[in-house]
Amino acid sequence: MAKTKNQPIRPIPPEELRRYPDEQGRFGPYGGRFVPETLMQALMELEEAMRTIVPTPSFQDRLRQVLADYVGRPTPLSYASRLSAHYGVDVYLKREDLAHTGAHKINNALAQALLAERMGKRRLVAETGAGQHGVATATAAAYLGLACTVFMGEEDMKRQALNVFRMQLLGAEVVPVRSGTRTLKEAVNEALRYWSAHVDEAFYVLGSAVGPHPYPVLVRTFQRVIGDEARAQMLSTIGRLPEVVVASVGGGSNSIGIFYPFLSDPVRLIGVEAAGLGIETGRHAAALSGGSEGVLHGARTMMLQDAYGHIRPAYSLSAGLDYPGVGPEHAWLKSIGRVEYVAVTDDEALEAVEALTALEGILPALESAHALAYVQKAAERFTGPVLVSLSGRGDKDVETYRHRLGKRIWTSEGSGGHGA
Amino acid sequence: MGHERIVRAFQTAKTDPAFIPFVMAGDPDLPTTARVVRALADGGAALIEIGVPYSDPLADGPVLQEAALRALRAGTTPKDVLELVQSVRRTVDIPIVLLLYVNAVLQYGSEAFVREAALVGVDGLIVPDLPIEESESLLTLTKAHDVALVPLVAPTSTGRLGRILADREGFVYVVSSLGVTGKRDALDPSLGALIRTVRSETALPIAVGFGLSRREQLVMLRGIADGAIVGSALVDHLARGGTVEAWLEEMIG
Repeated sequence: MAKTKNQPIRPIPPEELRRYPDEQGRFGPYGGRFVPETLMQALMELEEAMRTIVPTPSFQDRLRQVLADYVGRPTPLSYASRLSAHYGVDVYLKREDLAHTGAHKINNALAQALLAERMGKRRLVAETGAGQHGVATATAAAYLGLACTVFMGEEDMKRQALNVFRMQLLGAEVVPVRSGTRTLKEAVNEALRYWSAHVDEAFYVLGSAVGPHPYPVLVRTFQRVIGDEARAQMLSTIGRLPEVVVASVGGGSNSIGIFYPFLSDPVRLIGVEAAGLGIETGRHAAALSGGSEGVLHGARTMMLQDAYGHIRPAYSLSAGLDYPGVGPEHAWLKSIGRVEYVAVTDDEALEAVEALTALEGILPALESAHALAYVQKAAERFTGPVLVSLSGRGDKDVETYRHRLGKRIWTSEGSGGHGA
Repeated sequence: MGHERIVRAFQTAKTDPAFIPFVMAGDPDLPTTARVVRALADGGAALIEIGVPYSDPLADGPVLQEAALRALRAGTTPKDVLELVQSVRRTVDIPIVLLLYVNAVLQYGSEAFVREAALVGVDGLIVPDLPIEESESLLTLTKAHDVALVPLVAPTSTGRLGRILADREGFVYVVSSLGVTGKRDALDPSLGALIRTVRSETALPIAVGFGLSRREQLVMLRGIADGAIVGSALVDHLARGGTVEAWLEEMIG
């Protein structure tokens, strides 16, 4: 493999970092609030709540307590010794797969639900693609005794019937979305439309670091716990910071969460997008590596679109990365060269699933496997230690794994057996 | 052009309030849209709003989403819509306002779009996902080319009205209720108060949209609003095979 040249790392001084986003919710040219007038008041109310409620000791104490007693934080930092030997570089895993409901999504869903409770909103509204964020929000609603409406594309509901049932069991109403491609992007549209009609009683729990201001900063605020913990754990475990931090990027919530506390450190940060069948095929979800600048779901950012600005459907075997845009803060971090963004294919991610499961006894989510796949692919770039965000567990993907990897394992064929 | 033509159209409207129908360009094809626009102009419309179909119309309800999808399947592009305006301009004199989403403008190139729109005879633009906070650069362009960028006001806008309405042109689009475009059974009872507040902030004509579908609603707006925008009801009527003439008779005949 061709050796990738390492660019110099340019840490962002803390005093500069604090200036983003600005008052208009801009990260450089990205971000902002491109939404119908009917949503502006709700977004401003949310921004006000973010500024006045979130930093208070009473909110922070309650959040800390819930994250500890209910979510199970801090999640462990695991040294993956056999995987490290296999890859040829020391790998540490931040174990978000061990958080309640099995992924980092709960950090944000629960924190936003607590904020909704403080704002006196009794109904949570959420969009979901694969169902992970929907399950996390429904879980938070059940825990706090709030009503919950989840918008989900009709196609996704068919593919993720089990998660639909999980949400219903948790007491949520799952509303099928039948417009357009009937997947995540329409679910976001529909959740925003519903919210615009019910701003008084409803709180929109957006699941990723995307959307109009203040969502990207709000989601980052609630996901940075991943990076804050991991940074402290690295220092206390091995007495140094990692050489590099690697995380998968769909909308970008687990990645901004783990990257943010390292932005001012001399640490290399790498976001891994889903190349699907390969960027050159056009069937991918790599908004940063293979997209262009535009406005999607209320924010100016990098996205997949055609020449007329119509949103192009994304593709990834990983439902959690199958989104045609990316959070505006990532677009900015790429533009200033602070974070490097790469992409790996479905097949490369599946290979990483096998490696982690066989060598460490950890079944990763397909999303998280993208981060691992890049570590394997580019291991010779690194001297280590490498910190990887293991954003979720793979139970939800077992059916996909059986379908794609089953034949290969049963017949002990060396390679190539995939049958999608 | 632009601002003056729009204001004059409200003053000389054949109906009270001024009747402003909306059609989706290219639904089901462009020749049909051209015929519909001419029939609306001949049949008493004071202004016409033409939608440029977009893949992800955040402010629209199911009827206009479906209409956009049909138009996109027919291959309708923003350039086609500008050419449509150019062609109907030969026989249609009332103001034409285009409604399109911000990303369509950005990808066309904002400057090129506004310049070409002005050239073919577009009088105003409505960009439903561009709040005042994000409007600065487009406002500069539209002013330079004498195209009115129509401000939208919602029932929740009251704290920002001064900012939204300062130094604006064309008319004010008052969103009658929260939510998306589409029929509603009743008008929001607080609509009158909202319009009075808007009027205290601006001298521009005020048109109400979102949720209007019946003649009685237009009658109720008499003396309250200067214009009434009706979109989904017309698009739905046409999609079901109805004629423009029958619909106009029902609404304003």
